[in-house]
Amino acid sequence: MPERKVVVESEVGLHARPAATFVQTAAKAAIDVTVARPGGTPVNAKSILSILALDVRSGETIVIHAEGEDADRLLDELAAIVSVP
Amino acid sequence: MTTLTGAGVSPGTGYGAAFLLRFKIAEPAAGSRHDGDPVAETARAEAAVARVAATLEERGVACGGEAEEVLRAQAMMALDPELSADVAGLIDAGVAAERAVYDAFLRFRDVLAEGRGYVAERVADLDDVRDRVIAELTGVPMPGLPGEAEAPYVLVAHDLSPADTATLSRDVVAAFVTERGGPTSHTAILARAMGVPAVVACPGATSIAEGTMVLVDGTAGVIMVGPDEAEVRTRLNGSAPGAGPVETGRTSTGTARTPAAPARTADGRRVPLLANIGGPRDVAAALDNGAEGVGLFRTEMLFLDREDSPSLEEQVAVYREVFEAFPGAPVVVRVLDAGADKPLPFLRPTGDEPNPALGERGIRLFRTYPDVLTTQLQALARAAEDTSPLLQVMAPMVATADEAAWFTALAREAGLAGAGVMIEVPAAALRAHDLAGQTAFFSIGTNDLSQYAFAADRELPSLAPLHAPWHPALLDLIALTAAAGIPTGVCGEAAADPALACVLTGLGATTLSMTPTAVPWARAALAGHTVAQCEAAAAAARRAAAPEDAREAALVHLPGLAEAVDAPADPVARGEAGPS
Repeated sequence: MPERKVVVESEVGLHARPAATFVQTAAKAAIDVTVARPGGTPVNAKSILSILALDVRSGETIVIHAEGEDADRLLDELAAIVSVP
Repeated sequence: MTTLTGAGVSPGTGYGAAFLLRFKIAEPAAGSRHDGDPVAETARAEAAVARVAATLEERGVACGGEAEEVLRAQAMMALDPELSADVAGLIDAGVAAERAVYDAFLRFRDVLAEGRGYVAERVADLDDVRDRVIAELTGVPMPGLPGEAEAPYVLVAHDLSPADTATLSRDVVAAFVTERGGPTSHTAILARAMGVPAVVACPGATSIAEGTMVLVDGTAGVIMVGPDEAEVRTRLNGSAPGAGPVETGRTSTGTARTPAAPARTADGRRVPLLANIGGPRDVAAALDNGAEGVGLFRTEMLFLDREDSPSLEEQVAVYREVFEAFPGAPVVVRVLDAGADKPLPFLRPTGDEPNPALGERGIRLFRTYPDVLTTQLQALARAAEDTSPLLQVMAPMVATADEAAWFTALAREAGLAGAGVMIEVPAAALRAHDLAGQTAFFSIGTNDLSQYAFAADRELPSLAPLHAPWHPALLDLIALTAAAGIPTGVCGEAAADPALACVLTGLGATTLSMTPTAVPWARAALAGHTVAQCEAAAAAARRAAAPEDAREAALVHLPGLAEAVDAPADPVARGEAGPS
C-alpha cells in the first residue's frame, strides 16, 4: 500500500499553480492515484475539480496513495510538488 | 445620477458608455434524451469538450503571462476525467449530451460553491467552461465582445471570464465593472495587468442601462451612472470647466494621486483604512489601492545590514519621501523595532539572550541606547517640517504605563505631539486603561500580540494553528484595549480579512491598517454593513470557543459577506513583515 503523508507547504495550499502541476503530474501516470485528508475519503488525483473541491490549505496534511508500477517514484514526485513553499 | 459601490481592484478612473455583457446559454431542457446510440452521443460530447479545451489553450498561449495560467486551468477543467466519466454515465443512461454536460458540471459546481475564497471563486470559471461546451454542442456561437470600438466602453457584466477579457485591449475598454468577483478573481488580475480601472463585487451593476455614460473610479470602488460633465472633468484630469467636450477614456494611473476618500460603514461611521509599508517603495501600492494614509511605517529597512546607525540626514531624506506622498493624511511611524528576529550590530542587548523574542527588543533596547531613539525622533520631526503629513510616532513592545510615559516624554522633547504605543504584549492589553493616561493612541500589532498571548513563536510553521487571527482570546485582548477609550488602530495582518475588518470595527477599533492590496476589500466590506452589524458580529465571534466557529458566527451578522472572500495573500508584504 504505497502512500505518502505530506504537509502542503505551498503558500496558496493545493490550489492555483501547485494544484495544476500536481494534477498534470498525476495524469501522466498510467496507474490510479488518489489524495485524501488523513482519515478522509480519497479523491482522484488526476481530477483538478476533485482536488479543488478538497480545498487543502497551506499547512494541512494530505495522504497521497498509488498502487502499481513505479508507484513509489510517482508518489515521491507528487510529494515534492506540494512540499515546496 | 446614481452611485454604486464595490471593491476597487485596479486603480485609475475610466469613463465611457456602458456595454453590458449579457450572455447566458439557455439551460438544456431537463430530461432531454438522445435517440439511442450512447457511443456516438458520448463521442459528440467528447469532441465538443476537446474543441473548447483547445480554444482555451490557444487563447492562453496568445496572451501569455497570468492570463495563460488561468486559461490553462480552465482547459484542465474541461478535460477533467471525473467530469467525462459523469458525462459518459449520464449519456449511457439515455440523457442527451447537452443535458449530461450540464448535470455533470452542476455536481462539481455545487461542491466548489460551498468552498472558501479561492475555491468558491472558481465557480465562475467552471460555468464559463460549461457554457462553452454547451454552445459547441448546440451550435450557438459564443458571444464576442467588440474588439474594436469608436470610443472606449465600460464593460459591465455579472462576471467576466478570462477567455472573454483575454482578447480585449485597453484601447477599447475604459473600465471593467462586475457584480461578482473576489480579490483573486480574474477580472481583478487581468485588469491590473492591462492597466484598466476595475470595480468588482458591485451589487446592481448589471441593472445599468446599456449605453448610459458611466464614470468608474477603480481606486475608491465607486461607479457614477450618468455623472454631469463637471464631475467627469474633475475626476478624469481636473481640467477647467468649459475646456471643450468631455472625451471618453481613462486617466493615466501614473500621475500624482492623492490619498483616497475616507472609508465608511453603511451608516456613515468613518473608519480610516491605512497601509502597512516598509519604506518609500511601497508608497505607490498604498496610493493605488486607495489607502487613506499609513498606519504602520516600519523603519527597520533603514537600519538593517549596516555596521552603524544611520545619520540624521540620511533618515530625514527617506522619511521625507514617504511624507510627501501623504499630504494632510495620517502617517503613523513605528520607531525602530530591533532585537528578537532583527538583531543589529550597533544595538546589542546587554547580555546573552537564550530567548530573544522575550529579550531586549523594541522599546526595551532604547533604554540602553536612548541616543538612537532621540536621533530618529528628531529626524522624523524635521522631515515633517516641510512636508505636511499628520505625523504620529509609536513605540513597539510597550508593556507598562511607565514605558509609555517615557516614550511620550521623549517624543514631546523632539516636538512630536502624537505619540502612541503598540499593544503587542498581553500585559499592556490587560491594563490598557493605565497606559491610556500616558499616551495619545494605541496600535494593536495582532501578529506579535498573538505570539505573546499564545506563547507560540510566529516563525514556527508547526504552531501556525495557534496564530489564527480569529481566535477569541485575541479578540478579547483587542476588545479590552479598545475599551480604554483612546483612539485604537489595528495594524497586524488581521485587518486584511474583510470579515475581520468588520469585526475589529465592532470591537471598537477606530482605524485599520493592512497590506495595501487588502484595502479595497475592507472598504467594500465596511460600506456594506452598519456599526450595529459589526458590533453584533464581534459579540458573536467572542462567544465562540474556536477560531473557525468565531468566523462562522460573525458571518451570520454580516450578510454582505455571505459569499465571503479571503483576503488576498500578499507574499511581498509578508516577506518583509517584521513584528507588527
